[in-house]
Amino acid sequence: MLLIHCPYCEEDRPELEFRNAGEAHIARPENIAEISDEEFAQFFFIRSNPKGLIYERWRHIHGCARFFNAVRDSVSDKFLMTYKAGEKRPAVKAGEKA
Amino acid sequence: MTAAFRTTAAGRLKGAKPVSFSFDGASYQALEGDTLASALLANGVHLMGRSFKYHRPRGVLSAGAEEPNALVGIHRDAARKTPNVRATVQEVYDGLTAVSQNRWPSLAFDVGAVNDIASPMFSAGFYYKTFMWPKAAWKSIYEPTIRASAGLGVAPDRPDPDHYASRYAHCDVLVLGGGAAGLSAALAAAETGVRVIVADEQPAVGGALRFETGSAIDGAAGWDWAQATAARLAAMDNVRVLTRTTAFGYYAQNMVGLVERVSDHLADPGHDLPRERLWQVRAKRVILATGAIERHMVFDGNDKPGVMLASAARTYLNHFGVLVGKTIGVFTASDSAYAAAIDLKQAGAAIAAIVDLRDNPAGALIDRARALGIEILSGRTVVRASGNLRVASMTVRATSGGPERTIPVDALLMSAGWTPSVHLFSQSRGKVAFDTATRRFLPGDYAQDCVSVGACNGTDTLADTVKEAIAAGEKAAKAAGAGKAAALKLKAETSESWAGGMVGAAPGAGPDTSGKAFVDFQNDVTAKDIRLAVREGMRSIEHVKRFTTNGMATDQGKTSNIHGLAIAAEALGKEMPEVGLTTFRAPYTPVTFGALIGHAKGRLFDPTRRTAFHAQEEKLGAVFEDVGQWKRAWYYPRAGEDMHAAVNRECATVRKAAGIFDASTLGKIEVVGPDAAKFMELMYTNPWEKLEPGRCRYGIMLREDGFIYDDGVVGRLAADRFHVTTTTGGAARVMNHMEDYLQTEFPHLDVWLTSISEQWAVIAVQGPKSRDIIAPLVEGIDMSDAAMPHMSVREARICGAPTRLFRMSFTGERGFEINVPADYAAAVWDAVWAQGQKHGACAYGTEAMHVLRAEKGYIIVGQDTDGTVTPQDAGLDWAVGKKKTDFVGIRGLKRPDLVAKGRKQLVGLRTKDPKVVLEEGAQIVADPKQPIPMKMLGHVTSSYWSENCGRGIALGLVAGGFERMGQTLYVPMPDKVIEVEVVGQVFFDEKGERLHG
Ligand SMILES: [Zn+2]
Repeated sequence: MLLIHCPYCEEDRPELEFRNAGEAHIARPENIAEISDEEFAQFFFIRSNPKGLIYERWRHIHGCARFFNAVRDSVSDKFLMTYKAGEKRPAVKAGEKA
Repeated sequence: MTAAFRTTAAGRLKGAKPVSFSFDGASYQALEGDTLASALLANGVHLMGRSFKYHRPRGVLSAGAEEPNALVGIHRDAARKTPNVRATVQEVYDGLTAVSQNRWPSLAFDVGAVNDIASPMFSAGFYYKTFMWPKAAWKSIYEPTIRASAGLGVAPDRPDPDHYASRYAHCDVLVLGGGAAGLSAALAAAETGVRVIVADEQPAVGGALRFETGSAIDGAAGWDWAQATAARLAAMDNVRVLTRTTAFGYYAQNMVGLVERVSDHLADPGHDLPRERLWQVRAKRVILATGAIERHMVFDGNDKPGVMLASAARTYLNHFGVLVGKTIGVFTASDSAYAAAIDLKQAGAAIAAIVDLRDNPAGALIDRARALGIEILSGRTVVRASGNLRVASMTVRATSGGPERTIPVDALLMSAGWTPSVHLFSQSRGKVAFDTATRRFLPGDYAQDCVSVGACNGTDTLADTVKEAIAAGEKAAKAAGAGKAAALKLKAETSESWAGGMVGAAPGAGPDTSGKAFVDFQNDVTAKDIRLAVREGMRSIEHVKRFTTNGMATDQGKTSNIHGLAIAAEALGKEMPEVGLTTFRAPYTPVTFGALIGHAKGRLFDPTRRTAFHAQEEKLGAVFEDVGQWKRAWYYPRAGEDMHAAVNRECATVRKAAGIFDASTLGKIEVVGPDAAKFMELMYTNPWEKLEPGRCRYGIMLREDGFIYDDGVVGRLAADRFHVTTTTGGAARVMNHMEDYLQTEFPHLDVWLTSISEQWAVIAVQGPKSRDIIAPLVEGIDMSDAAMPHMSVREARICGAPTRLFRMSFTGERGFEINVPADYAAAVWDAVWAQGQKHGACAYGTEAMHVLRAEKGYIIVGQDTDGTVTPQDAGLDWAVGKKKTDFVGIRGLKRPDLVAKGRKQLVGLRTKDPKVVLEEGAQIVADPKQPIPMKMLGHVTSSYWSENCGRGIALGLVAGGFERMGQTLYVPMPDKVIEVEVVGQVFFDEKGERLHG
């Protein structure tokens, strides 16, 4: 079981307390009613699913209940870092602990 | 009476209490401290089981957890029958009952042994090739027959009466293995003051010191030092020593699963002790001191009872005081087997000969054996072990070939050297590296904060092991935050040697030979099977493994993997690492489901949620149904009523007088804040800004793709406060959905969300008399139609308690939903109930609720919708705010597929025969005479007998349904075809007048 650092609680807590919430940094278009089918498909259906570094959302659902973002290595499962929702996508290299 | 093979010349059980046990009905004596295996051997019993596929007679191979052969059933009582217990692990207690497995009618005479004679039929891949056709025969004939004849033990047929404990633990340094390495490391770490847990799978620590009598540490005999060290550790406040505890799984971030066998060794465990205890340990640092496992020799007949690992025979002698035979042969490529021969000779056994594959074995142990007069046949191999139920001879020749010599033996010890136990290291996702010089896999790149020490790290001598372990213990302690350094020094001396070793088939069991040279005993895989796999085109060890099942039994190939790999590599003409080593997976040894489940069974499997009215409903005779975790009153049968009669009465009573219903399980969320209305506009399809405080609206929530996610009535309590209801099943996910948008997409909105599902209990009172029933109980508001019309909400008091009183209806009748704080719920229910009695009301359950809402065509999200239904499809287009510029799902609704013609739409279905009630889930077609497979138009989503309509009623999703009004469609069933007419969704009071009636 992984330990996950909640950036709001500022504590490492067991994975049991968290729930994954899919890929991060996919913003809902502000003019969503006007976007094209192609743009909607990109926004709603298409995910990167990379081998290696993955930016994803987690929720500390059985804790502070906050959503936050994480950089994780999808090969080793390891978390490289976590950060608050709304913060910029950090540049992290594979194998490097931020 | 002393058992025939118990010796006083060696062993540690002297003076132990005698106990008796039975094996296959025969009674035997043992000593406390024996394993079942050592006790049987003491009595001269070597035949302990039959093999999996060929039903060959088998005895013990080992003296530990790696045992592939001696698997037995342990029967405590009718409910406690544990199959596949390793006789080498099970400790004997007084009265223990063991039975052999996989034999009929008896262990000595087994009809299934005909498989051995017919074995050419059962070569590798046999199952894949033979039972291919006909497909139906697999289920009815092949599988049951194969399972019955190629079985292991028989599963118990009663519920497990034992209980299992579970604990979480945290420590600085977790040491896995309590041999010389583990204990040295643990002591070095513990002396710095950090928190240490050390676990060992045996009843006592010691590891290889159990049989290695040539080792001394700190001036004491190795075994004695180990026991003293364990006692010293156990006495320290910062240390926990766990014996009979197996580390079975190494998970992410140094989370290690241990299972402690608490009471399987006790004659009378009583009811207080758990059978096993699961430990989930999170450690800052892990030290792997898991030792090594001796490999057998691969030659014809190497599975005969009496043929065993040299270290096993030495354990039986030096620990249990048991001689495994009187005339003993040794077949080795490693020095360590010489020590076994020496110990046995000194204990009075005759050593027939030591057959050594090596041409010129040299060293102190070899010299000592020679000095004792033991015949050493170097450069020779054993080509065959013979005997029926017990080995009777070994046949020897030069490794290069030539004449054979047969030597009578009653036991044959073998050693192909030692395989480092890298299982847990591999589970930690560490990468093993092949050491070419010693032809073994050792820990290479580490993936976690752990380190390997001793034999599992390929460290061969005791002095090096102890030194390495102390350094690792100190380093781990420091890394885990130890404040002080320990300066532990231990002097280690030994006459033991693990030099030598070989991998693969022995000379004489090569590709050109016949006979059964077993690689994997538990799955009956021979060297020939592995070569066949290569001939059939398997190239990777992963393919060879699956084709032959080598290493796939419950022993996970602890003795067989390396031999199998070496034989495959040789057949392929490649180096071992090129063929690959299979990844080790948890569990290291089998773990009971009981240990993993712990207390989470029966009543404690899942929380049970009961509403605040549960006791009231029980008193009224409710039958409950499970809805998720909730217990909901399903119907309230009166004397002589079946479910059908009760539901009919409840439905009729609601429409005639009134019904009282527990609606507490609906999810409730309070949406509060200056931007609450704005937030509601985004989360629901409906408009909210203009909804006046005190009014309610039926809301639909979509996902971004435009499909219905949830629905419910929402009351606006104030300009900045909404009381939102959700479906029962949707309560948690709707809250999550709202939080997600509020936190991540609309964080600029000043809104708070609070789950209030548990705070407010809800009594629905529905029916023409509903207002008459509750009005006398309500204080402070005008409940007239003018003052409180349909779809309004008031905050008031009922029976003196605060209430949020909704006028709303899920039945089509005039109706109210009384929200009261859960603490007042019972009293308010009693008052409402008493009032209801005056007006002829009854309690109704979820079944009647479903019928009543279906009569009105009200949908249930998740039953009439399935995640691919839009509001338009469901006939709820009116609830989508057409002037709105944004809400979740607004863009999804415009997707081409969602506006295309021919979508499935929710319609009513009237059976031509009113007495017929359709089956929910039944398919709907236009032409029942078309060939199969028919083109399906949709399916029935809800269907009930409606007493109020006097007929069966149904809703269904039908392609182009709205354009098919009046059409006749067909529902083909196994025995008949049912004709239905497509109608509107509303079956009762189509104009909706009764809401105000
Ligand atoms: Zn948190």
